[in-house]
Amino acid sequence: MIDPLSVFLLLLAAATPILFAALGELVVERAGVLNLGVEGMMITGALAGFAAAYVTGSPFAGFLAAALAGAAIAMLFAALTQILLANQVASGLALTLFGLGLAALFGKPLEGIKAPAMMPGPLRINWIVWLGLVMAPLVWWFLNRSRTGLILRGVGENHDAAHALGYPVHAIRIAAIGFGGAMAGVGGAFISIATVLQWTEGMTAGAGWIALAIVVFSNWTAPGVLAGAWLFGGVTVLQLRLQAAGIRVPVQLLSMAPYLATIIVLVLISARQKYSRRAGRAAPGSLGQNFHALR
Amino acid sequence: MTAEAAVFRAEGVGKSYPGVRANDDVSFAVEAGQIHALLGENGAGKSTLVKMIYGLVKPDDGRMTLNGAHHHPADPRAARAAGVAMVFQHFSLFDALTVAENIALGMENPPPRRELSARIRQVSQDFGLPLNPARRIVTLSAGERQRVEIIRCLLQDPRLLIMDEPTSVLTPQEAELLFATLRKLADRGTAILYISHKLEEIRTHCDRATILRGGKVVDSCDPRAHSARELAAMMVGGEMRPIDRSGRQAGKILLEVKSLSLPAPNAEGTALKSVSLSLRAGEILGIGGVAGNGQEELLAALSGEVRSAPGTILLEDRDLGATPPQARRRAGLLAAPEDRLGHAAVPDFSLTENTLLTAGPRKGLVRKGLIDRAAARAYAEQVIRDFDVRTPGPSTAARALSGGNLQKFVIGREVLQAPRVLVVNQPTWGVDAGAATAVRQSLLDLARGGAGVIVISQDLDELMELSDRFCALNEGRLSDPRPTAGLNLDEIGLMLGGAHGMEVAQI
Amino acid sequence: MIRLVPRDQTSAAWQIATPLLAVLATMIAGGLLFAIMGYDPLAAIRTIFWDPLFGPAAGYSRPQLLVKAAPLILIASGLAVGFRAGIWNIGAEGQYIIGGITGAAVALAAYPAEGMWIFPAMVLAGALGGWAWGMIPALLRNWFGASEILVSLMLVYVAQRVAAWMAFGPMKNPEGYGFPGSRNLQQYPAASNPELIAGTGAHWGVVAAAAAVLAIWFLMSRHIRGFHIRAAGLAPRAARFAGVRPETLVAFCLGLSGAFAGMAGLFEVAGPAGQITDKLGTGYGFTAIIVAFLGRLHPVGILLAGLLLALTYIGGELAQLTLQLPAATVQVFQGMLLFFLLGFDLLTRFRIARRIAA
Repeated sequence: MIDPLSVFLLLLAAATPILFAALGELVVERAGVLNLGVEGMMITGALAGFAAAYVTGSPFAGFLAAALAGAAIAMLFAALTQILLANQVASGLALTLFGLGLAALFGKPLEGIKAPAMMPGPLRINWIVWLGLVMAPLVWWFLNRSRTGLILRGVGENHDAAHALGYPVHAIRIAAIGFGGAMAGVGGAFISIATVLQWTEGMTAGAGWIALAIVVFSNWTAPGVLAGAWLFGGVTVLQLRLQAAGIRVPVQLLSMAPYLATIIVLVLISARQKYSRRAGRAAPGSLGQNFHALR
Repeated sequence: MTAEAAVFRAEGVGKSYPGVRANDDVSFAVEAGQIHALLGENGAGKSTLVKMIYGLVKPDDGRMTLNGAHHHPADPRAARAAGVAMVFQHFSLFDALTVAENIALGMENPPPRRELSARIRQVSQDFGLPLNPARRIVTLSAGERQRVEIIRCLLQDPRLLIMDEPTSVLTPQEAELLFATLRKLADRGTAILYISHKLEEIRTHCDRATILRGGKVVDSCDPRAHSARELAAMMVGGEMRPIDRSGRQAGKILLEVKSLSLPAPNAEGTALKSVSLSLRAGEILGIGGVAGNGQEELLAALSGEVRSAPGTILLEDRDLGATPPQARRRAGLLAAPEDRLGHAAVPDFSLTENTLLTAGPRKGLVRKGLIDRAAARAYAEQVIRDFDVRTPGPSTAARALSGGNLQKFVIGREVLQAPRVLVVNQPTWGVDAGAATAVRQSLLDLARGGAGVIVISQDLDELMELSDRFCALNEGRLSDPRPTAGLNLDEIGLMLGGAHGMEVAQI
Repeated sequence: MIRLVPRDQTSAAWQIATPLLAVLATMIAGGLLFAIMGYDPLAAIRTIFWDPLFGPAAGYSRPQLLVKAAPLILIASGLAVGFRAGIWNIGAEGQYIIGGITGAAVALAAYPAEGMWIFPAMVLAGALGGWAWGMIPALLRNWFGASEILVSLMLVYVAQRVAAWMAFGPMKNPEGYGFPGSRNLQQYPAASNPELIAGTGAHWGVVAAAAAVLAIWFLMSRHIRGFHIRAAGLAPRAARFAGVRPETLVAFCLGLSGAFAGMAGLFEVAGPAGQITDKLGTGYGFTAIIVAFLGRLHPVGILLAGLLLALTYIGGELAQLTLQLPAATVQVFQGMLLFFLLGFDLLTRFRIARRIAA
């Protein structure tokens, strides 16, 4: 009936795309950039990964291609916000809309095709799921224990001070954005290559937006992202189980659950940040603001 | 006196920006173990000069040498590598990060975390500025933050230490502590370049002073050999017009603040604790205090941005605690906040549009919700005329004006509305001498006309000059007002919170 | 070396030029895209931009212009107000859907009664529904500081599922032979939103869109509230200093844009779409965001941008038919437009100068 292990495996699989995308966005936001284009980067990765996996027959080639494609499309956003100093919110939205459209366009020929199946990894858990579980502590270590991570956090906290100290603010942000794109791409590819095994237009279904919410939920920490991704995975699995169990609630209402859960989680976290008496802000100080060096 | 080798020398250094010669043929030398003041008004060229020494800006002419070698840093990193360290006026600190992390970011090759923390503890103790490496910057006071900046510099063992207006955020007692530290440093052979416009300080603590005016070196002298007035004259280039303080008489009570208490607006803010004051017509009340002790919060409470409990703010017996800003303006209580750009004015709006921010109610610029463009423009033109605001016209964006001119506009916008009470926060901060005088005179004239004025300022000289009574804001508490005449520096220091910063830092 | 120098004043000339430049750049980039994909670029560009207005079948496609443009303009007008204040309503699509549902609910409840009051009641219900859906992110932001971007977006996904639920469940047409979808409102005279002037495609939604443009123009340029909104977007502290309460502003902007979007949804459901289906959300809410930016958040600009984007919709459909161009091309175009616009926007705020070599 309810096998806890298989439920847990399903939870991990459901959490993995969000985990990758949110970890990537976490690094980007810690560098002070708000990239709302996660959905666009994920769907690009989903398509590129699927296409590459299909063409080469290797799912791993697919994930590599997904990372590259995600990073490449993220560079559009990087160019807009770091070089052309465009508004970050609008640019992120543009990236999402463009990415969704581009993916739909180039994905047409691939509809209906089945991807090569992935061999399961150790303990019957997918290799990419393992990768996600490894990335979480890696990102934590990078941000909190490495020199580059410290510089990145400084840039995100106070880009004027970072610049005054001689650090290349734009270069660091561009690199972070690229990383975010690659991670989102891998996350998206997981949906098309490992979960659904097909390509459909819009198949990320808001996962990118949920990843953004998870970053807020995490209080901009890697362990928080892991917890949030698992929470989302849990809600998804629960909702699917309930559907399968034939519960007498219309399927459309049940499928709202992840989105409503995201709202609730957002509200709880934001309320805590707003009303808590803990010293210090949660969000990086320069988040969302563009930096222009005035010499 | 034996000639000591100069640690730093500038020869004929110059720098131009479009429309202005920021530095022109500047030459001077700083010797080892010397505390050398760089003196000048706002806009004299001190900042530009120092940015060139630190590698933020490249000089157009001249040369600099450090320890005899040609000094031309490509960026701050190179300057630091050469042995130049700088403590900025506005700290380059990262609030959410710890002391140790901040210091690591300011270093080229910081040692591993544990070792760095140990060194921080040791060096900070050595110099009498104890610091706990694990504390986050956001929890530190301004004086403690400055310590972090200084320790960051000291850990690099600099040959030349540049300090940019360091005491502007310190109480007099904290400033004493700082100078003791600098003297220790100088005794070890470090050369110190000390930028300031505070004459008494320089006369007391500096060995030498180079005075800049209009980008040029006016004089290089021993500050102790001159009076403050002489130094001021050299800085400004002639005698200043004395302020006319005459003709004012205190009338009836206009504004009463009774036990006003408000929580801190956010983690970095200051709570107001039972603040009480009364202001009479024709009177100027000065409120002194180092930044960060509740000045912004007090102004916000008075302007109406933050509401307060009933019975705490009374204007001519009318309870304004719950009243929003525009209604307070209608009643005659006006305010001018500290930040010209972003708070008192919208940088991207024209001067005409900026009048609509506050002058709508009293000048009839808005009727039944509709904007009267012509009236707004006319009012802007009036302010520009009466306050000698140098600008092409009322359609110019606020951010295109110089600091002094924008400040004249912002103050003028409020003064010409004929308020009953005007509250200003740092009215002449970052403003050139001429504009500062004009602003101060306009405040005096306003009081003479029967209005009540509250001046919140960090500039004690200004407060002594303007106010009839003086009180101090310290950690959200307002001291009892005392008549200005007869107050001396020590008493003022105590009112500002003498103990603040003197205690050993919490470790 | 090139250097960016901030302008003293945003350049008015460039503000008008940048949308035009963006359109031009999109045509060029789009043409390249078509060439890569194996289509004749000039034929494709002509089919999309020229033929709907002046081509052989223009008699059929021209009326469609207003049909497609009206909801875009109506929604974008509301969005622009919030965007100016830095309040990002990304969930207009959801508000549009919910407005369509609440408006249709009134109609379906009234069926089969006739009466002059029914249609206005539907419009009001649509506005209220959209308003309420927009107030959710407003309240959550005001009370809890939750990001209105994320909340309004999540509510789009929720709204889509509500529409699907309605179409398959409570609103299903009892006389619909089991097919999902509500009763067709176009066949219910009192509730329908027909073409008002034959051959133009103008229905009540078009009238509403025109009224919205005028109303927003008036609000932003003549009314003090519009001034406060602009100030809040540029300098929030200055706005508070002037007496603006952030909570009120958030509620006003999100409520207004929600109401406009809801009305657009109702006009669509009672008009061109005809019924509540699970495909109720056609993406107008998202495209309207592009319209708002392309129109530089200005009513007149929005009017023109709405017409332009409507053109791309129709042209895209035409190209689908005649050139077998995939439907998603239009989406790509619209995304490109926004990209180019944002890129060129730099020129309104900065001057390009030569850095004097040291």
